[in-house]
Amino acid sequence: MTTDTQAPARTPILEVDNLGVDFFVEGEWFPAAIDVTYQVRSGEVLAIVGESGSGKTQSSMSLIGLLPQNGRATGSARLAGRELIGLNHKQLSKVRGKDVAVIFQEPMTALNPVYTVGFQIVETLRVHFEIGPKAARERVVELLRLVDLPNPEQAVDKYPHQLSGGQRQRAMIAQALACDPKMLIADEPTTALDVTVQAEILKLLRDLRTRIDSGIILITHDMGVVADLADRVLVMKSGRVVEAGDVDAIFNRPQHPYTRQLLEAVPHLGAATFGQAGVVVGSAPEGAATSATTAVPLTKPAGTRADGSVDNAFEAKDLVLEYPSRGRMPAFRAIDGVDLTIGRGEVVGLVGESGSGKTTVGRAAVGLLPVAGGSLKINGVELAGIGAKALREVRQDVAIVFQDPGSSLNPRLPIGESIGEPLKLHKAAGGSALNAKVEELLDQVHLPRGMRNRYPHELSGGQRQRVGIARALALSPRLLVADEPTSALDVSVQARVLDLFQDLQREYGFACLFISHDLAVVEILASRIAVMHKGRLVEVGPRDQILRSPQQDYTRRLLAAVPVPNPAEQRVRRETRDRLLEEQLVRSGAHAPAADRSDVERTENGFAADAGARDAARQADA
Amino acid sequence: MTVPTTLVPEDPQHSTLEQSENAIELKEVEGLSQGRIVLRRFVRHRGAMVAAIVLTLIILLATTSIGWGPIPGWWPHTPQALNDVVNAGGKPTMGFDGGFQVGPHPFGQDNIGRDGFARVMRGTQQSLLIMAIIGLLATTIGIVVGALAGFLRGWIDNLLMRFTDMVITIPVIMVGAILGARFGKAGPVLLGTMLALVTWTTMARLVRGEFMSLREREFVDAARVAGASNSRIMFKHMLPNAMGVIIVNATLLMASAILLETALSYLGFGITAPDVSLGQLINEYQSAFATRPWLFWWPGLFIVSIALCVNFIGDGLRDAFDPRQRRIPSKRKMAKA
Repeated sequence: MTTDTQAPARTPILEVDNLGVDFFVEGEWFPAAIDVTYQVRSGEVLAIVGESGSGKTQSSMSLIGLLPQNGRATGSARLAGRELIGLNHKQLSKVRGKDVAVIFQEPMTALNPVYTVGFQIVETLRVHFEIGPKAARERVVELLRLVDLPNPEQAVDKYPHQLSGGQRQRAMIAQALACDPKMLIADEPTTALDVTVQAEILKLLRDLRTRIDSGIILITHDMGVVADLADRVLVMKSGRVVEAGDVDAIFNRPQHPYTRQLLEAVPHLGAATFGQAGVVVGSAPEGAATSATTAVPLTKPAGTRADGSVDNAFEAKDLVLEYPSRGRMPAFRAIDGVDLTIGRGEVVGLVGESGSGKTTVGRAAVGLLPVAGGSLKINGVELAGIGAKALREVRQDVAIVFQDPGSSLNPRLPIGESIGEPLKLHKAAGGSALNAKVEELLDQVHLPRGMRNRYPHELSGGQRQRVGIARALALSPRLLVADEPTSALDVSVQARVLDLFQDLQREYGFACLFISHDLAVVEILASRIAVMHKGRLVEVGPRDQILRSPQQDYTRRLLAAVPVPNPAEQRVRRETRDRLLEEQLVRSGAHAPAADRSDVERTENGFAADAGARDAARQADA
Repeated sequence: MTVPTTLVPEDPQHSTLEQSENAIELKEVEGLSQGRIVLRRFVRHRGAMVAAIVLTLIILLATTSIGWGPIPGWWPHTPQALNDVVNAGGKPTMGFDGGFQVGPHPFGQDNIGRDGFARVMRGTQQSLLIMAIIGLLATTIGIVVGALAGFLRGWIDNLLMRFTDMVITIPVIMVGAILGARFGKAGPVLLGTMLALVTWTTMARLVRGEFMSLREREFVDAARVAGASNSRIMFKHMLPNAMGVIIVNATLLMASAILLETALSYLGFGITAPDVSLGQLINEYQSAFATRPWLFWWPGLFIVSIALCVNFIGDGLRDAFDPRQRRIPSKRKMAKA
C-alpha cells in the first residue's frame, strides 16, 4: 500500500506460534483454533477474516487471557519477546490495557453507562501509571483530541448515552490508546456503525496507524473494511488459517478455494451497474422512470381489478408516521411527507442510515403502525384510518421478512407450525392440504422437509431466515416487505439467501420493498432505489441513475462511504470521497480552520441529539 | 508478491478435523425440544432431584397409608379412632429395642390413645390439598390478570394493576384469619380457594412484566401480520414463552402456601378439630410439648420437609429454565480430559 507499510526491516512486535484454543464442552475438549501462526510488526495492520465460528475472535482474545472459563490456550505468543500464554491473572492484568488494548464491537455495551467517558479513561491511565488526577485529565483531553472527538474539554464529562454511536466508538479508541499500547486488537470495530460513520472511523484508524506506531490486529468479516485498512490478511476457516498474504495478493490472486469463495460471496457495489446488468424483474409504475434494465414478464397476473385497471402494490402520498405521545413525552414524527410508489412486481430498495425511518415505513406497510397523516395505499386499499377487519383482509396480500430471524420466529413453535400459521389463520388451507403446502414451501426455500418439526434454536441463522421467507410467502403475497433480511447473516450465507430471494421473486412475481443499509445488496435486487435521510425521502430513481449519477449530496456521500472489497479501487474511492467532502465543506462555507471538520462529522454529531429523540420515541412505544 | 502464502492441503488429518467439526454441530442440533432441554438440566440439578423424589415418597405415603376418601389404606388405625395406649404415656413404639422395630404406633399416641402416625398422614393430606388448590388457582388468576394487563396496556392495565395493588395492601394473615374463621369448618377446598383469592398478586405482576417485554418481540409482530387475533397471540404465542417464569413462581407460591396454611391452622383459624392438618396438629398439641414432645415433632418434621422439597424443586426449575446459567466444568475435570 502506501509508503509507511513497506518497512520489512522492522522486527515483529507480536509473534504467534502454533496457537491453539480449545473449549471444554460436555466432557470433551473441542478445538476452536488450531495451529495459528502469524507475526505483526509495529505500524502494521493485520486483518483476520473469517465467518462466525471460524475462531478469529477467540484466537485473538486468548492472547490477553480473555477466554471463557471453560477455554484454554496452548502454543506460544510473544509480545516483544515476552511470552503471553500461561501468564497468571495478575501478570495478565498488567499486560491488558497497557501493552495490548482492545477496541470492542459494541461501544454502548463496552463503555460503562454510569460513569463519564473521562472517568473511564482516567481509570485506565491510573491503573497502569502513577499519575495525578489533574495530569490524567489533561492527558484524556489530549487523547480525545487525537481521536477527533468534537469539543474534547466538554466530552470528557459526558456519559456514554450522551454521545452518538460514532462518538462512542471514538471514545473507546481513545481509551484503548491511553497507555500507548504496543498492540491494538480491534474486534469488528465498525460493524455496529452506519456506513458513513464507518468510513469516518476507518479514516481515523488509518491516520492513527501512522501516528501511534503500534501493531493492529483487525478482526472483521467485512472484506470492504479489510481492503480499506489492512496490510496483510489472514483467512481463517473452522479454526485453521487457510491462507495468509499481503492484501493485494489475497484480493487479486487468492490461492485457497475458500478465500475465493469468500471473495465471490461479497456483494460488490457497482458490480451490477457498471459491469453486466443483473436481471431485474418488474415494471416501474406509471409516471416513474423506467429502469434501464430488461424487464421480465410477470408470471402471475396479480392485482388486476375487475375493470382491468391495475393497482400499485404500494402507494404513499405525503405519508406521515408518528410514534404516539405517551405521558409527558411528545409524539415523535419518524416519517414526514414521503411520496413513494411501487408498481406490482417491482422491487424497490429503500436505503438510509439507522434512524432514518426506513424500517418505520416497512412496518406501516404491513399495518403494524397507524398512518398519522397523508395517504398510504397497499394493493389499492387505503390504510389511513382502516378498521381491524379490513386490515385483516389487507394482510392476506402483504407479508414481511424481519431483520433478525432469531427473534421473529416463536422459539416455542416448531418451524412447520410457524410457516403454516398464516395459511391456517386465513383459512387458506387446512388438514392435509396445509401439510402439503408447508412441505412445498420448505422445498421452495431449499430446506429439508424433515425440518418442519425442529425448533428455531436448532437451526443456523441462514436456515432461520429461510423459514422467515417461507412464512412470508405462504399466502403468495402481492407485496413483500423485506426489512434488512440479510444483515444478520455471514457473507457466504447472505449470498445464498439473496440468490434464493431473487429466484423466488422471479417465480412469485411479488412487489417488494427491500429495506437495507447495504447499497451493494440493494444494487443486486432492486430496479429502483429510494434514499431516506432523517424521515424524508432524499432521492428516488432508477437503480443505475442513483448509483451512477446521484443528484443529491447526501446520496453521493452515502455512496462514497461504502467500502469496496478491492484495495486498489477502494484507494481511488477514498480519495474521491475526501475530495467530495472537501467540496461540500467549501460549498457550505465552513472552511475556517477552527471548523476543520468534515460535513459528515457534523451530521454525525447532529445525530446525537436526534438519537435522544429516537430513544424517547422507542420508549414511548414500549 | 514475496510474502509467504501458506496453504492448508486437504490432508487426511484435516478432513478428520472437519468430521469432528460436524460432530459438534450434530450434537448441538440433535432434535431437542425446549421441554426436553429443561428436563435434562433439571435432572442434573442434584438437590432438586432429591427433593422431587422425597416429595413423591411423602405424597405416596400420605395417600396410601390411611387411604384417600372412600379408598381404604394399608395402615390399621384411623386418625380419629381411640386405641388402647400401648407404651406408658403414649410413647412411640418405633425405636431400637434389640433391633429396629416399628410397632403398632410408630409416631406415638396422644393422651386419649389416637394414633400419631394416622393423624400426621391425614394432616399431610389436607395440607398438600390446600397447597395444590392455592397453587393452581392463584396461578390461573395471576396469569389471566397479568396477561391482560401486560398485553392490552392502557386503561385496562391501570384498572387491573390498581386492583392488584389494593389486594396486596390487605395483610394475608388477617384475611386468612377472617375467612378461616368463617370457612375453616367447611373444609380444605373452600379454605384453599379463599386463600388463593388473596395470594395471586405476585404472579400477576410477574406475568405482566413478562408479557410487556414479550409483546415487543418480533415474533409477535410476525404473528399479527400473519393475521392472528389478540387472544391467539396471547395464549398461543406469548404464554408458552412465559411458561418458565410461571412454573418457577407457581412452585415458590406453593411453598409459601403450605406455610400459610400451617400458620393459620396453628392460630386456630384454618382447619379446625375434629379435622386435622399439620398446623392444626401442632396447635392442638402445643400444650403437650413438655410431656409428649413426639406429638409435636412429627408434624413439624413433615411441614419442614414438604416446604423444603417444594422450594428446592422451584430452585431447580429456575436454573433449568434460565439459559444464561451455564455449568462451569470443574478444573479437575478439565485437566483430566
